[in-house]
Amino acid sequence: MKHLTNLKLKVWRQDGPDTVGKFETHVVESVSDEASFLEMLDQLNEKLIGENKDAIVFDHDCREGICGTCSLMINGRAHGPQRATTTCQLHMRTFSSGDEIVIEPWRAAAFPIIKDLMVDRASFDRIIESGGFITSPTGGAPDANLIPVPKPVSDAAMDSAACIGCGACVAACPNGAANLFTGAKIAHLSVLPQGQAERFKRAEAMVNSMDDQFGSCTNHGECSAACPKEISLDVIALMNSDFRKSKSKNRKQLSRG
Amino acid sequence: MNTLLNAKIPSGALHEKWDNYKADAKLVNPNNKRKFKVIVVGTGLAGASAAATLAELGYQVDAFTFHDSARRAHSIAAQGGINAAKNYQGDGDSINRLFVDTIKGGDFRSREGNVHRLAQVSVDIIDQMVAQGVPFAREYGGTLDNRSFGGAQVSRTFYARGQTGQQLLLGAYQQLSRQVGLGGVRLFNRTELVDVVVVDGRCSGIVVRDLLTGEITSHAAHAVVMATGGYGNVFYLSTNAMNCNVTASWRAHRRGAMFANPCYTQIHPTCIPQSDESQSKLTLMSESLRNDGRIWVPKNADDARPADQIPESERDYYLERLYPSYGNLAPRDISSRAAKRLVDKGHGVGPLKNGVNLDFSAAIERLGLDVVQERYGNLFQMYERIAGEDPYSTPMRIYPATHYTMGGLWVDYELATTIPGLYAAGEANFSDHGANRLGASALMQGLADGYFVLPYTISNELAPMLNKPIPTTDHPAFVQAETEARDRFNGYLNVGGTRSPDWFHRELGKIIWDYCGMERTQQGLEKALSELPALYSEFKKDLRVTGNGESVNQTLEKAGRVDDFFQLGMLMCRDALDREESCGAHFRSEYQTAEGEALRDDKNYCHVSAYDWTGDPMAADLNKEKLEFETAHLATRSYK
Amino acid sequence: MAKTQQTLTKAGKSLAPRQPVTGTALSVRKKRSFIADIYSTAIGKKYAMAISGIALMGFVLFHMIGNLKMYLGAAELDHYAEFLKELLYPLAPKGAVLWILRGGLLAMLALHLHAAWSLTILNHQARPVKYQSPRDYEVANFASRTMRYSGMIVLSFLIWHLLDLTFGVVNTVGTDNTFVKGEVYANVVRSLDRWPVAVFYILANLLLGIHLRHGAWSIFQSLGWNNPRFNSWRWSFATVFALVVVIGNISFPIAVLAGIVKL
Repeated sequence: MKHLTNLKLKVWRQDGPDTVGKFETHVVESVSDEASFLEMLDQLNEKLIGENKDAIVFDHDCREGICGTCSLMINGRAHGPQRATTTCQLHMRTFSSGDEIVIEPWRAAAFPIIKDLMVDRASFDRIIESGGFITSPTGGAPDANLIPVPKPVSDAAMDSAACIGCGACVAACPNGAANLFTGAKIAHLSVLPQGQAERFKRAEAMVNSMDDQFGSCTNHGECSAACPKEISLDVIALMNSDFRKSKSKNRKQLSRG
Repeated sequence: MNTLLNAKIPSGALHEKWDNYKADAKLVNPNNKRKFKVIVVGTGLAGASAAATLAELGYQVDAFTFHDSARRAHSIAAQGGINAAKNYQGDGDSINRLFVDTIKGGDFRSREGNVHRLAQVSVDIIDQMVAQGVPFAREYGGTLDNRSFGGAQVSRTFYARGQTGQQLLLGAYQQLSRQVGLGGVRLFNRTELVDVVVVDGRCSGIVVRDLLTGEITSHAAHAVVMATGGYGNVFYLSTNAMNCNVTASWRAHRRGAMFANPCYTQIHPTCIPQSDESQSKLTLMSESLRNDGRIWVPKNADDARPADQIPESERDYYLERLYPSYGNLAPRDISSRAAKRLVDKGHGVGPLKNGVNLDFSAAIERLGLDVVQERYGNLFQMYERIAGEDPYSTPMRIYPATHYTMGGLWVDYELATTIPGLYAAGEANFSDHGANRLGASALMQGLADGYFVLPYTISNELAPMLNKPIPTTDHPAFVQAETEARDRFNGYLNVGGTRSPDWFHRELGKIIWDYCGMERTQQGLEKALSELPALYSEFKKDLRVTGNGESVNQTLEKAGRVDDFFQLGMLMCRDALDREESCGAHFRSEYQTAEGEALRDDKNYCHVSAYDWTGDPMAADLNKEKLEFETAHLATRSYK
Repeated sequence: MAKTQQTLTKAGKSLAPRQPVTGTALSVRKKRSFIADIYSTAIGKKYAMAISGIALMGFVLFHMIGNLKMYLGAAELDHYAEFLKELLYPLAPKGAVLWILRGGLLAMLALHLHAAWSLTILNHQARPVKYQSPRDYEVANFASRTMRYSGMIVLSFLIWHLLDLTFGVVNTVGTDNTFVKGEVYANVVRSLDRWPVAVFYILANLLLGIHLRHGAWSIFQSLGWNNPRFNSWRWSFATVFALVVVIGNISFPIAVLAGIVKL
C-alpha cells in the first residue's frame, strides 16, 4: 500500500439548481492508493466537517459499480479515466501524487444540478415509464421453459440489459443525447420472444419520451466509450431500425383497428 | 409484557396451509380496490414488486424511496442467483426439498409455514420474471440454465451472469415504472421515512422527509408496507450499500412493531478483504464463485511466498478437508468461521494477512479460460478493479464480511407486524431464513413477499375496512409525529460538537464487529453493552452536522441513520447475550461442539425472540414465539 | 424541451412541496401526418440527414467521375457536359432531366441543411450550460466533432463553385470575365490556374472528405443498418468512399497547376 500526496482537487460547488456555481480548490495531502475515488472524497468531507464547512454533496450508494447512483465528470471524462469503470470503482492507484483533478457534475438540460455534484436523472425514469417494460401482470405467466430463448439471443439481451442507468452516456455525449440508454433498453426487450408483442409500440413510445428531453445522436461514439458496462453503439442502430419499422407497423395496426 | 406471540399459521397439512389461507382470505371487489390507499416504503425487490402488483390489482399506491430512482435499491447488487424448486435439471429437487434445505440452512430457527410457502411460490417467481423479460442464463436448447449454490446438493439456482439481482430488480422496477406511467402508483423519490403514525393501535400512515428540501410531511393510508431492507450497515463496514439503514424499521419498532432476532446477522464468506483504514465498505464476490473456485490457505502459518510458488502439498484446502460432502459449497456461516479461524491462526494471505485464497487455476485447466470467463467474467473484472490483481493468474483473496440480516420486524404468516395495518416484506422482516440464510434465497424471498404473498394478505386486512373513514393527516397524531421529526433533525444540527456522524458510525461499527460479529462471547457482549451507551451519549453531546436543514444535506441524513443504528446495536448485543446457544450465524463461543461447530439448545431456545420498545433499547421487553417443527425434524446440521 | 424536473427556487428551497411522479405516460401526442410525424423526432431528422446524404454522396461521386473526362481532353469533357443536358433526349426536352436532377439535389441539400440546423439547435438546448472544465474526448474524432463546420465550409465552397463554373460570375482574371458558356474544359482550366482558387478548391475538398468519412459511416447507424457480420465494413466503406472522392477531386487543380491539364 502506497500513499499519494498533495492532490489538488478542483470541485464544482453549487448551492441549488438555479444558483451560480464555481470551482473550489482543495488539497488532499495524503490518501492511500488502495482507496477508491469516492473514499478520497469521503476523507475530504471529513476534513471539511472538521473545519465546520459544508460537506461536498455527491450521489453514491452501492460502491460496487452496479447501482448506477454515482456520477462525476473527472478530468473531462465521465466516471474518470479508466474504461469500463464507474466512479465508485475507480481507485486512486490510477492517479499520481501532485495530480490536479477536476470534478464536475454531469451537465445536461435533462439532468439539472440539485446541489454541488448531485444531479437529477429522473428523465431516465420517464423514458422507462413510457414503455421500457413488458406488460405481464403478476400471476398470469406461463411456465418459464415454455418460451425457449436461444442462448445467443439471451446473451445479446443480457449485454444490453447490463445498463445501470448512471447517465454517463448523456454526460459524455457532446449533444447530451440519451440514445445509448434508450437503445439499450429497447435492444434488451425487443430481441427477446417475450418482448415481441409490444416491440414497436415500445420503440415509438420510448423514442418519443427520449426526444422530449434529450439531444440527438451524431454518432460520435463517446457514450459507448464512457459506458461503465461497455454497451455497444449497435443498440442505437437497433433502436433506429425498430423506430423506423414501428412508424409503419403501428400505423398499419391502427388503421386496421 | 412478555407475551407469547401468535403467528396465525393456517390450519391443515403443511403443503395445504397456503392454499387453505388463500381459500379463506377475504377479498376486495375490483371496483372497491381503488377506494383503498396503500403506502409502500422502499422500492427494492420486495417494495417494487408489491407496489406494482397492488397497483395492477387496482389499489391506490404511494411508493416512497430515498433514492433518486426506484432502480437503485441494494437488491441490485445481488450477484449469484435466485433459487426455485423448478427441478428443471431433474436432479431430485422439489418444493419439499427446498423447504427442508431452507429450514436446515436456517438451523431450525425459522417458521415452517412461512418457509414452505416460500418454497411453493418460488416456482411462480421464475415464471413471472421470465415473462417480464429477465435475461436468465440459457442452455443452447433455449431452456433455462441452473447452477448450484451453498447449502444445497441440487442445481436450482437461476442466474443472469453475475448480475441476477440487477436483472430481477430492473424487472420489478420496470413493472413499477409501468404503473407510475399509467398513474396507478404515485412515486415519491428522494423522500425518506422518518416516522410511522399509529392512531388507536392501527398504523395510519407515515411521516417523511424530502431529502431535497428538508420538508417534513405526512401521508395517510389504509395500510403501510415496509420494504426497507436490512440493517447490516450497523457494522459500518459491510457489503451493504452506503445508504442502507435501519431507520424505517426502527421508527416502526419505536411505535410498537416488535423487532425479532436482531442478533441473526449473516457473514458472507467471499468478500474482498479490507485494504486500509479509510475503507468505506466491503465488496462481495458472489458465492457462485465457490462452484468452481477452490479455497485454500498455506499449511504453514506465516508462509509469505506468492500463491503460485506454494506447492500443492503445502496447501490446505480446508473446506474440502473438513466438509468432504459439501466441500467448497458449505453454508455461509460454516465457511466464514472456518476462514476466520485459519486467519486468526496466522494462515492468512495478502499484505495484511487478512484473507484466504480462492483459486481458479484448477477450474481454468478443467473448463478452459473461455468458460470461466463467461461464467464469472464480470466478477473477475470487478475484483481486478478493486484489488488491483488479476484473478485469472493469481488467486482471489477473500474474507468474510457482514452481508445480510436475518433479523427484522416481527411478522406473522400474513407478513403483518405487531402494529395492525403495518406490513414488512423482504429483508426488513425477520421471517423466512431463521438463523442463517442460504445463498440465492434473498432474491427469492423479496419477490415472493412482494409479488405473491402481500397482495393476498393485504386484501384480507383491508376488506372489513371498506367505506370506513381513516384518520387524515390533520389528526393530532400526525401533527405530533411531524413536530417530533422536525425537532429531531433540528436537534442534530444544533448539537454543535466536534465529530462527524461518520466518525461515530465507524466507532459503533468497530464495537459491533468486535463483540457481536462472527463469534460472540458473554464477556464480549457485556463489554459492548457497557461501551455502546457511553458512545451513544457522546454522540448526543459531541455530534457535528454542518450545513442546513433546508437543502440536500447528506451529513444530516447520516446523523439520523447513525442515531437509529446506535439503538439497534444495543438491542442486537442484548439479543446475542440473551441467546445462550449457537445457531446458524449466531455463534457463541461458549456453545460449540468438540469440533467447533454450532451447538444449539433446542430445549430452551427453539423460539423467535421479539422485542418490544420500552423507550430504552437496553431494557426492551422480550417476547417469544415458540417454533414447532412438525415436518422437518430437529437435527444437528451436518455438512460433512 | 419539456422540463420534467421539479422547479426549485434560487435558494434551493421549493415553493410548493415536490409533487410525486405519476401518470407520466398518459399524455397524448399531437396528431401529424406520417412524414411530418417522423420528421418531428430527432431520429426522424437523422433519417432525413442519412437519405439526403446518400443522394448528395451520389452526386459528388458521379460529379467526380464525370470530371475525370478532363484527362481525355477538352472535346471529351465538353461533350460530356452536353450529354448531361441531353439526358433522356428526345424522350424529354433538352435539359429537362438535368433540371429535374438539379431540383432534386437542391431539395436534398435543403433537407440536409434544415435537419442539420434543427438538430444543432436541439443539441444546444440539450446542454445549455457547457462543461466548465476541458473535455477529454475518448473516441469522438476531428471529423465527427467538426461536421457542422466542415459542412458549412463545403457549402460555401459549393456556392462559390457554382458562381465560378456554372454561372461564371467569379471566373475572372483581373477584372476580365473569362467565362465562356459551353467551354467547360477551358473554364475549368482558366479557373484552377489561379493558385488561390486551386488552394481553396483543395482545402474544401479535404474538408469534404472529412465530412464524408463520418457521414458515410453515420448513414448506416442512423438508418439502423446494422448487422454484426458487416459492421466492420461500414468504416472501411466510408474511408474508401471519402478517399476516392477526395483524391479524384484534388487531382484536378493539381493537374492544372502542374500543367498536365492545360489549354
